[in-house]
Amino acid sequence: MRHSVLRSLTLNGEPVEVSFAPYKTLLEVLREDLGHTGTKHGCELGECGACAVLVDGEPRLSCLTLALECAGRSVETIEGLARGSQLHPLQAAFADFGGSQCGYCTPGVIMTAKALLDRNPSPTRDEIREATAGNLCRCTGYQQITDAIEDAARQLREKKT
Amino acid sequence: MKKRFDIVGKARRRVDGRSKVTGQLRYADDLFMPRMLFAKLLRSPHPHAVVKEVGIERARKHAGVHLVLTGQDFPVPFGIMPVSVDEYPLARERVRYVGDPVAAVIAKDEQTAVEALGLIEVRYRVLPPVSNPEEGLKNPEPRIHDYGEQGNIHRNQSYEFGDIEESLKNADLVFEDLFFYEGNTHLPMEQQASLAFVDADGKLQIASSTQNPHYLHRQLARVLQVPEAQIRVVATPNGGGFGGKCDPGGHEFVVSKAALVLGRPVKIGLTREEVFYVHRGRHPVLMKMKTGVTRDGKLTGMHLQTLLDGGGYGSHGPASTFYTGVLTPVTYHYPRFKFEACRVFTNKPACGPKRGHGTPQPRFGQEVQLDKIAEKLGLDPAELRLRNLTKPDSLTASWLKIGSNGLAECIEKVTAMSGWKQRRGKLGKGRGLGIACSTYMCGAGVAIYWNKMPHSGVQILLDRSGSVIVYCGATEVGQGSDDVLAGLVAEALGVEIGNVRCVTGDTGITPVDLGSYSSRVTIMAGNAALQAAERLRATIAGVVSETLGTLPDRVVFSQGKVFAADQPGAGMTFVEAVALAEAALGTLSAVGSYSPPKPPGSYKGAGVGPSPAYSFSACVVETEVDERTGWIHVPKIWIAHDIGRALNPTLARGQVIGGVYMGLGEALMEEQSFRRLPAKLSGALVHRAPSMLDYKSLTALDMPEVEVALIEQEESDPNAPYGAKEVGQGPLLPVMPALANAIYDAVGVRIDEIPITPDKVLRALQQKDKRVGPQSFPAVPYPEPTFVLPPWEDGDGKETKRDAKTAVV
Repeated sequence: MRHSVLRSLTLNGEPVEVSFAPYKTLLEVLREDLGHTGTKHGCELGECGACAVLVDGEPRLSCLTLALECAGRSVETIEGLARGSQLHPLQAAFADFGGSQCGYCTPGVIMTAKALLDRNPSPTRDEIREATAGNLCRCTGYQQITDAIEDAARQLREKKT
Repeated sequence: MKKRFDIVGKARRRVDGRSKVTGQLRYADDLFMPRMLFAKLLRSPHPHAVVKEVGIERARKHAGVHLVLTGQDFPVPFGIMPVSVDEYPLARERVRYVGDPVAAVIAKDEQTAVEALGLIEVRYRVLPPVSNPEEGLKNPEPRIHDYGEQGNIHRNQSYEFGDIEESLKNADLVFEDLFFYEGNTHLPMEQQASLAFVDADGKLQIASSTQNPHYLHRQLARVLQVPEAQIRVVATPNGGGFGGKCDPGGHEFVVSKAALVLGRPVKIGLTREEVFYVHRGRHPVLMKMKTGVTRDGKLTGMHLQTLLDGGGYGSHGPASTFYTGVLTPVTYHYPRFKFEACRVFTNKPACGPKRGHGTPQPRFGQEVQLDKIAEKLGLDPAELRLRNLTKPDSLTASWLKIGSNGLAECIEKVTAMSGWKQRRGKLGKGRGLGIACSTYMCGAGVAIYWNKMPHSGVQILLDRSGSVIVYCGATEVGQGSDDVLAGLVAEALGVEIGNVRCVTGDTGITPVDLGSYSSRVTIMAGNAALQAAERLRATIAGVVSETLGTLPDRVVFSQGKVFAADQPGAGMTFVEAVALAEAALGTLSAVGSYSPPKPPGSYKGAGVGPSPAYSFSACVVETEVDERTGWIHVPKIWIAHDIGRALNPTLARGQVIGGVYMGLGEALMEEQSFRRLPAKLSGALVHRAPSMLDYKSLTALDMPEVEVALIEQEESDPNAPYGAKEVGQGPLLPVMPALANAIYDAVGVRIDEIPITPDKVLRALQQKDKRVGPQSFPAVPYPEPTFVLPPWEDGDGKETKRDAKTAVV
């Protein structure tokens, strides 16, 4: 019998306690123990970016992060992005600009983009491509992802002013 | 035909857009059920071996293990095509590639299942593997399968449409070229996953990432020996498919069988490595292309030979074999055409359908050869193409019926956008432009299994709430099939798209649709949906026309209103109209169905290639090549796609750019390639790159800007719903040859094989003939051709005796 550990962390702004096998990755704990299946797995190697979440505001590949490391820290996932039923500007832009086709890479790209816009509210298209270069997408050809992030950045800037 | 549209043609958010950006969409692996168990597969480490014994006792006794299955539990084979039913969910006597599944463990969790896999003891007797088609032709023994044409040849065929030798003899110039196209894989972001369980009524249900729930349904019934009515297949939204989820997979049978045995939900999620083994991707194809042309640039005929590396199983191979030839004469008029194709079994993961299915390979050769022809004749490559275009509403030498055809407009548009005339050949050293064209089917004209029933069915349910529910077996793989259905129905009924809900891909609820393959959904499910919607409209119009004081065919449905054509300000809401009709007639529902037109050719084999319509594309690629390093940079791509009509331009543009992306990846780097381990390490044939780290694909940084023109036709293709043709596969196809031609324009080297990598460019620069590509084509024992006279030689679409041609002018 393998022993589970009990840890506390902040998930999308809310404190949670979760018990899990200590070898589990953050991705597994999110999906299997916390029921947050919005975060996807794609490669098990840290190559595809489908599992990207924010840990203390920084993008992290949850498939390469032990859940144990996240005790006491703040984890943000796609489920926490909307405000009530109102989509975050990134979410709305991805839907409106065709940034999401099959949708499987989308949560990871959006979270990566959020980290980018949090630290750089006016990225150039090249900076957007650089920031999302670790998120593979097989459907879109990336162009409409870049369009969506550019538009969301504009909307977020307008909201602030 | 409706001329002014409320919804069609307007860029908008796709109907399933919100669920994807919120993470709420449930893919197969996102499903969890109480008491769920997990399955893992043990896979063969040998490319070719006899399975002597599978010892499962230790695994079975491992704590937490509920069931261990082997090939002995699956006596009935499967195969998506009735002519190649050659695969078992778990191998019985033979394994045929590294990764062939031999046993399965079902346990309380994945960790326990993995541990138990290590306790299974398999005794193999290793057989010599066949690593490529040439080896397969040379070594008929041991046979990988005990069926097929002969030895290790799976399929072998030959068709001749008019006397090809005569047409080449009468040409001013004959070009003979060899091309090779390496295999590559779909690499959908979502790995295949399935969850099977016995529902509360005792019936088997499986939720699975499949593109073709209907075909899976049939195969499950066959393999499990359970009546179809006792099985429900739910296709979960696919996280990308690209053809990789068309074949039923061994894992789907395993979890279904386990759920039936154990009475508990059983889930499996393949690892990325396993997805590479399941494969069914692009066939590696060696091609020989002999083309005759007159001095003024008119094609006289083509003799095409292809040799396909099939991998270890049949899969869609018989169709793939046809597709390495049949669509070749759709873009340009070849007065005569001969096509020979041979698929050889090898000890590698089975190849099958990938976006463009069998056609990107010959299209690459054809379009590069045209570039060579243009150069030799001193013609602009775009002009050479324009001189040879097929015409709308014409037949090919092989009796394919071409309907609408916007290729001329595509070429004109893409050359204008790219500044082709002003810029080609004038960009300076190391920079170049290349052009290429293509076409694709809007749905295969014949179902995978022979039957006379419709290819697609739709049921629409209305009620007094004003909501419209569309039921259809079509499957969402990311391409937007739900959006196509919702858009067409909303347009026909004049309602807001937000009031339409699609229920799709569920064999327990939805009418049969054959699946998301061959770019068939827009035309087939789309036409079925339109028929159902138009029937409902007629029903409602019949009831409300009296109230509106007009005739039923003068009732207009638009923007949530129902009114008389001459009184647009009056009338009633759609909800009121439905309520009136429901009161008068009872519950409102209608069905629609679609069967493609009968193809004009009737020779044996004429069923592969016909389609209700064809899309066309033309593409220009710009490239910069560093002659010191061979590095290829692509700054920009222009593409014009004859879509007929874009139902939702946002989605259509996305499909075009996505197709260009995948084509460019294939052109530059994607390879499903294999190597032999040294003899001391077993000599096995292993995958070079069964991980996303090693299998290279383009990132956001590698992807150039793509400028898209959607070419729409004034005259709608009558076979297409509101004139809308496919966009999911066609735009991929011209990219590879356009790149190869651009590289020639840039640095004067011909890379006659895909992918085009820097080392090949460097090698070609050092070669005397400035070319890298295949050097020889093996002696393939193609059969005597089926001889058919082209339509313009008094043919009747049937096989005929060769000397019948003497009647020809």
